[in-house]
Formats: sequence, C-alpha cells, structure tokens
Amino acid sequence: MPANQVAREAVGDYKAGWHDPENSTVRFDFGLSEQVVREISAIKGEPQWMTDIRVKAFHHFMERPMPTWGSTELLNSIKFDEICYFLRSGEGTENDWDDVPEDVRNTFDKLGIPEAEQKWLSGVTAQYESEAVYHSIREDLEKQGVIFLDMDSGLREHEDIVKKYFCSIIPYQDNKFSALNTAVWSGGSFIYVPKGVHVEMPVQAYFRINAKNMGQFERTLIIADEGSSIHYVEGCTAPTYSTDSLHSAVVELIALPGSYIRYTTIQNWSNNVYNLVTKRGIAHENSTVEWVDGNIGSKLTMKYPAVILKGEGSHAEVISVAYAGEGMHQDAGAKVHHLASNTTSKILSKSIAKNGGRGSYRGMVSVSKKAENCKVNVVCDALILDEQSQSDTYPTMEIKNPSCRCEHEASVSKVSDDQLFYLMSRGHSEDEALALIVNGFFEPFVRELPMEYAVELNQLMALEMEGSIG
Amino acid sequence: MTSDTPVLGISELHAGIDDTPILRGIDLNIPPGEIHAIMGRNGSGKTTAANIIMGHPDFEVTKGSVELDGEDLLEMEPWERARAGVFLSFQYPQAVPGLQVGNFLRKSVAAIRGEEEAKGAEFRKKLKDAMTQLDIDRSFLGRYVNDGFSGGEKKRFEILQLLLIQPKLAILDETDSGLDIDGIRTVAKGINNAVRGTGSSALIITHYSRILEHVQPDKVHVLIKGQIVKSGGPELALELEERGYEWLEKEAEGLA
Repeated sequence: MPANQVAREAVGDYKAGWHDPENSTVRFDFGLSEQVVREISAIKGEPQWMTDIRVKAFHHFMERPMPTWGSTELLNSIKFDEICYFLRSGEGTENDWDDVPEDVRNTFDKLGIPEAEQKWLSGVTAQYESEAVYHSIREDLEKQGVIFLDMDSGLREHEDIVKKYFCSIIPYQDNKFSALNTAVWSGGSFIYVPKGVHVEMPVQAYFRINAKNMGQFERTLIIADEGSSIHYVEGCTAPTYSTDSLHSAVVELIALPGSYIRYTTIQNWSNNVYNLVTKRGIAHENSTVEWVDGNIGSKLTMKYPAVILKGEGSHAEVISVAYAGEGMHQDAGAKVHHLASNTTSKILSKSIAKNGGRGSYRGMVSVSKKAENCKVNVVCDALILDEQSQSDTYPTMEIKNPSCRCEHEASVSKVSDDQLFYLMSRGHSEDEALALIVNGFFEPFVRELPMEYAVELNQLMALEMEGSIG
Repeated sequence: MTSDTPVLGISELHAGIDDTPILRGIDLNIPPGEIHAIMGRNGSGKTTAANIIMGHPDFEVTKGSVELDGEDLLEMEPWERARAGVFLSFQYPQAVPGLQVGNFLRKSVAAIRGEEEAKGAEFRKKLKDAMTQLDIDRSFLGRYVNDGFSGGEKKRFEILQLLLIQPKLAILDETDSGLDIDGIRTVAKGINNAVRGTGSSALIITHYSRILEHVQPDKVHVLIKGQIVKSGGPELALELEERGYEWLEKEAEGLA
C-alpha cells in the first residue's frame, strides 16, 4: 500500500475536524467584560489575589493596542465580542475515563489519548473547552512527590507555589494576549518536579475545542526543582467551523539549577482557529529549557517560545517547524536572552509554505553586556512549494558582549523538478516523492519527537502533500 | 510478448525540449541479456535518450515509440516505468536532505519490488552484500541521500540501488564520469553482477570507452546530432578511442 494511502486511512482529511453536540453544564454569554472576568473567578472559588490580578489584566487588555506586526489584518479581524470565554462540559475533573461524560470520552478515544496513556505516558490531562475533564498520573511519580494537576486544581491545592510563580516569567503586561489570558484563564497544567526526581516518560496534555466561537485560555506552569527533569507534551485539535475560535495560552517554565525541561507541542488546530500563545521559560544555573514546537494547523499562529538564560552555564534550545497551507499564516519563531556567562543557545526553525500559505520566522537573540563566552547558533530554513506561497525571515540579534560566538544560517529553497524526477524514477509517485522531500526537510525536527509523535507527524505531512503538484 | 521481443524497443523516436528537436529518428533494440552502449560527444542527445526512456516531464516525444518487453513506456508515468522494470543511474543524482539512505533504499525497493522484498533478514543480507561489493561503509546508511556525497560516492550509490532493485533494463548515464580507475573498476563489477547472469539488459551511455573495458558490451552505437550513425560490436568502441568522433561526423554529413 502506498505511504500516502496508509496516511489517509490513519489520518483522514483533517481527521480531527468533527464536532460533538454541545452538552455544557455552564456556558457564559458571548463577549467580555469585567463582570465575565469576576464570574469566572467566582465560579472557580478563587482566592482574592487571583481575582484581583484577573481584573487588572482585563483592564490592561482593553487598553493595550493590538500588535502592529505579524498579520495585522488577521489580528484586527478577531471579533472579541463573538467569543464564548467560559464553557464547562462536565461535573469536574475525573481520574477514571469511565466517569468522563460519554461524548467527551468518545472524542478523546478517537484522538487516541487513553491508548497512548496506557502505552507510554507518565500522566495525562485532557482539557475540553475551558476545563480539564480527565486527569491522572502514575502512582510511583505521585509517591516521589511529583505534582501534576490541571491548573485550577493546582491553584486550590498548592496556592503558595502558584502565587510565587504565576505571572513571574510572563507578566500580564507582557503583551495584549498575555493580558487576555491572565484575565480569563481556565485549565492548563500545573507541574512541580521535586529536587533530583527524573520523570522518565513524558506527561501529556491534550487540548480540545469543541464548541463554535469558543475561546480556550489555558494557563500552564511547570517548575522543575534542582537537578530534576521532565518532558511535557501537548497536542491540540478543534472541529472545522466556518466561524473563528480563539486559542490564547500562556505557558511559564521555571528550570531551577541543574534541571531540565523539555516542552513539546504538536499544534494541529483546524484552520478557523486563531492561535496566539505566549511561552517563556527561565533557566537558572546549569539548567536546560527546550521548546520543541510543531505548528501544523490554525488560521493564524503567532508564537515565539522564549528562554531567559539567567544562570551561568544554562542552555536553551528552540526547535520548531511550521506548515502553512491554504488560508494559513504561521508567524512563528524563537527568542533567547543570554543574561549570564557561558550560556548557550540553539535555534532551528523549519517552515513550509504551500497553496498560498505564508510562513514567517521571527527571531530575537540578545546577549547582555556582562554575559561572557556565550554561544549562539541560529538556523532557519524555508521550503516553498509553489509560486503562490510566501516565506519571510525576520531575525534580530543584539549582541552586546564581544566574546560571544554567534552563528546564523538561513536558506530558502524550492522543490526542483529534477529532485522529484529522481525520486519518481525510484518507483515513488509524485505525491510520495514530495512527501519524501518534505519529511526529509522536517527530519531534524521529527528526530526530536517521541517515536509515536514522529510517526503521526510524518503521516500528517504525507497527507498534506497529496495532490500538491498540479 | 514473444521470445524475440526486445527488452527495450525504440523505433523512429523523435523528441526534444521546448520545440528544439534533440533526437531525430532513433531505432534501437536490446534483446534480453544483452548490454548495449551508446557513445557520443557531449550534446549528441545521449542523456536526453536516457531521460526520455525514464519519462522526464521536460522532454516531449513528437514521434515514434519506446517499449519495454513490448509494452508502451511512453504512456506510463516515471514511477510506473520504474515499477515495470526500468532503472536509470543518473549522471547527476539529486540530493534529498533529511532522507536517510537506508530508509530510502527500503522504500524504493518496496515501491518497485513490493513490501515483502524490502524487509526481513533476506533484504538486510542483500543490502550488506551489495555494500561490501561496492566497498561502501555501513555508516553510509545513516547519511542523507546524495547530500554532501563526493562524485564517486554518488555513482556508487546509484549502483547500490541498481543491485537492490534488479531492474529488467538498467540505463547507466555517464556512470564512469568523475571516477578514478579504482572507482570505475568497482562500479563496473557492480554493473556486471547486476546484469550478467541475471537475464537483465543494460544500456550504457558514455563518451569514453574506459568503462567498456570492464563491462563488455554486446553492441556499440554511435550517436551524432540525435541520430545513430553507426552500430557495431565491442571493437567499435576501441576504434572510437583511437580515431575520435570526427571521421564519423564527416561520414554522417556526407550521408545527409
């Protein structure tokens, strides 16, 4: 069976595009006001300080102008009044799939989450609309003191830790969408890994939007204590609707001395979802923060995972791929700030544009004056598959210390007829040949993924390449 | 198909690119088990002939036919031709960054010979034997297809594919160019093993006779300005080595 047929059977045409009837237990009216913000906080029974910060963030959001870069046209077409800011689908967060409402459980079954959980994950959180409907962690990890909760439970059960770190890396004033998220956040993950504990198998969160015109605003906070390590994986999908939904998350990572955090995202939103996410980690002495970021779907993504290298000898890696097909704009990239000496960073960005899609790399690397002997390596490659598609690169470097060793490479390439002919002469159809080239292009990224995701991503890309050559 | 159906049958072939004629009436039959050579200077249309047999989309056939075992090749897409049994060893093999050699070999053998032939211990053994024959190190399998390969490595890799794919018809386009004597010897050994004794046929395209010292052709054809002006036995290659192409060009002009 040809590879793309396998892929089609496995994935379907945007396999995650179905939707279920909406059975909400709590649903807010469309639109945003201080009242909505206060009600979200009240319904969750939050402490006063959280309500206060939400309200402050709301006002900041209202006053803050829209960014004037990225895709301003698309940004300005977001209708904030036509979005539902809170929707509860169950009675709470269950730790047994059997207790999750049947239609919701079926959705996660179809997405393969319970199966993956059994086979190779340390823990799972499944969020449906605004809140987590399922959550579990392996017992042995719990015994070692690992905390893995949805963010709402995290706030209830570990208020002191949340209060210490919430908004510490990404203040609500950071940008318009971090303000929005802080005002209306709901769900997301809260993770604390104690000193010296290594979580060997990844933990996963899965985010699903089901309702029309939904806004999903999860908030994630991960703290790796000294000498610990964790790999967190998130996936996201949504139904295909003719109206738009908004996903605007904030993720804060805190890597304490000697720890290691890897955060992997496979974003496959349907192409009616605005994906405007702020992700930032802080790396203390000799710690490592890695973002592995795959953007395959959405209408507009603006996302630049960042690392602040605060401690000496810390290391940052941002490896990302973006696929921009018809009606899609992927404005993605990375930011790294070297504040301490002997810090190193590596950025690898790969983007593919096809059928009029637009892929942009936007990067920022800074090295502060007092940071000696830093190493910076930036590589960004773009592959354009036809004349209608576009690729742009906006790299910025601010190197204030002359001892820094800095490498930057960028390339834009097109698939050539001779390359396709060579592969076709080895028995591969046109679609298969293109999928081989595209998968090859993404290989440095796919290599970083757990095997299960690598297979899925390759199949997804093979499917996207079908019928691409006219 | 009868027993005297040639593996490759070309008749009255006219072809070109962007309205510029390159091949101007070619007739060529290669019977099962035979190796033929096409010799000619650069620009005589040798590579065009190879590309047209494989089905490169840039070339247009204006007249004539090309058949494999009596089947019309011109109606087929390049990958269908490959699956039917045509193999082209490229003069300039293309790089595919990120596509690992081992993976590519398995996928190509699966596409052409079927899934069953591309897995298990038997495939691994065949692969190992072929690599040993061609003096290719194991680490080669982890590299990316033709990416950063030297000229010699590219040619060895083409012959490695030939040995694994075992086509009915192997077309070898300037496989000797860019190789030193040892390289030519190694590659020639691979070609002999792939073709001789397997009942396959081959078409060797070259402008030197050097490779033909190691792969003995049954017939040699001389291509000048898109036409075969002379055909003969292996001795014709030696004659060309001695006398060059000029006398044949003059003869051809005299004929015209």
